[in-house]
Amino acid sequence: MFTSIGKYMMNLFRQVGGSAQMVRSSIFWLFHSRFEFHQAVEQSVTIGVESFGVTALTSLFTGMVLALQAGNTIGNIFGDPIFVGTIVAFSLIRELGPVLTGVVISGRAGAAVTAQIGTMAVTEQIDALYTLGTNPIRYLVIPRMFGFILTVPILTLFSNLFGVIGGYLVAVYALGVPGEVYFTDITTFMGVGDFMHGFIKSFIFAFMIGTVCCYKGISTRGGAEGVGKSTTGAVVTTIVLILVLDYFLTAILTAFGI
Amino acid sequence: MIEIRNLQKNFGEKQVLKNVNLTIEDGKVTCILGGSGCGKSTLIKCMIRLEDATSGQILVDGKDITQIKSEIKMAAIRRHFGYLFQEGALFDSMTVGENVSFGLKYLTDVPPGDYAKVIREKLALVGLKEEVANLNPSELSGGMKKRVSLARVLAINPKVILYDEPTTGLDPIMSDIISDLVLDLKAKLGVTSVVITHDMHSAFKIADKIAFLYEGKILLYGTPEEFRHTDNPYVKQFVTGSSQGPIQMKLMRE
Repeated sequence: MFTSIGKYMMNLFRQVGGSAQMVRSSIFWLFHSRFEFHQAVEQSVTIGVESFGVTALTSLFTGMVLALQAGNTIGNIFGDPIFVGTIVAFSLIRELGPVLTGVVISGRAGAAVTAQIGTMAVTEQIDALYTLGTNPIRYLVIPRMFGFILTVPILTLFSNLFGVIGGYLVAVYALGVPGEVYFTDITTFMGVGDFMHGFIKSFIFAFMIGTVCCYKGISTRGGAEGVGKSTTGAVVTTIVLILVLDYFLTAILTAFGI
Repeated sequence: MIEIRNLQKNFGEKQVLKNVNLTIEDGKVTCILGGSGCGKSTLIKCMIRLEDATSGQILVDGKDITQIKSEIKMAAIRRHFGYLFQEGALFDSMTVGENVSFGLKYLTDVPPGDYAKVIREKLALVGLKEEVANLNPSELSGGMKKRVSLARVLAINPKVILYDEPTTGLDPIMSDIISDLVLDLKAKLGVTSVVITHDMHSAFKIADKIAFLYEGKILLYGTPEEFRHTDNPYVKQFVTGSSQGPIQMKLMRE
């Protein structure tokens, strides 16, 4: 048993070390070579477009279910569904917006990135990049990291928007809350800090998703089976890390008054 | 000149290369022979640090590349090398033309306006028509992929070309054309070639020197003539392609 724990820990440390080395290498190449602007734009568009529909749909229904649950519960206690807008917006903008967007992007674009880079690794295309004067970190990793860091916060904003719209639809048409009251509840109780809270989280999730998915791809070995394992590993790792990081980030940001 | 001294390469517990010593002379064709999985590809990957050696030295024009820590310095050494990968390693997100011209952007001063001309010339050199440039790698046969990959190598005009089984999967006529191309590059441009091959006909035709790798060691290094007349039973069996001999006996014991 100790042997398998030891092996697991060694593997974990190797992966953390490898990811850190990749990030260090990315920073090095960012300042020592030409930025692949065309690649970066292409990746941003791909990641954003691929994930937009699912993110919007997930957030819309999350907002709707939040409004329904909050309205019914508060209605049972106080007789009227009050503060539905506040509850929906707080939950979405501070927590669920960045978390749901991160999870959706991990499963959609993150998996695609790992599978693509992983396939390149097992078919020697990454070695071919070295022989053609291109460092794979510079050519593959930096544009994708850029893509995640640019699109996750933007998609989080859209996610918040669609969630609030979903909440509005249920609050107004199912619970009978006046539309002005729903929005006044949001604007009265929420400040810029609440937006910053969610926004900072989305940046950190984006960085983490980019790092894990690119590292898992680049370190893929063992043919088609290896690509499958890396892709599954990348998605599971990023989703778990999003949830774990979310708790610690909430604790830290709240401690700083954000 | 590339000098390999006491090169060892391990993958985990497995020792793939054991004290390999080999000299690759400038402007010559050196063929590396050996059974499947004996470490031939690993050996040439070590020559440009696509794999890091466990121990030993690799001297490229007198400079030990195993000691180079900087990726920028290593990239500067690699720019003189071309590498033909066993399965082609074409970028499947790009067309054939984009694959062939990929290295031009990073390794040469060729202006983008001339890329089409280079693509046409290099594809013609490997016997492919200009129209192929618009196809995707997934639309090509195995042999065509290999030829496109070779065109991609030729486009960057390297001083040294490392070929990983250049004729495998090609018909005999195309194999011979590729062999002629290797000789042509040597004669006209003085290109140094290191060729991993199982094709004895091609090896005897193109090689100035042949090295036979067996169980991670160079068992014999010499001219094609020496290989034809060797008494070494391992080499003799490999050259004649016989199923009977010490290599078979060894396999059976395992």
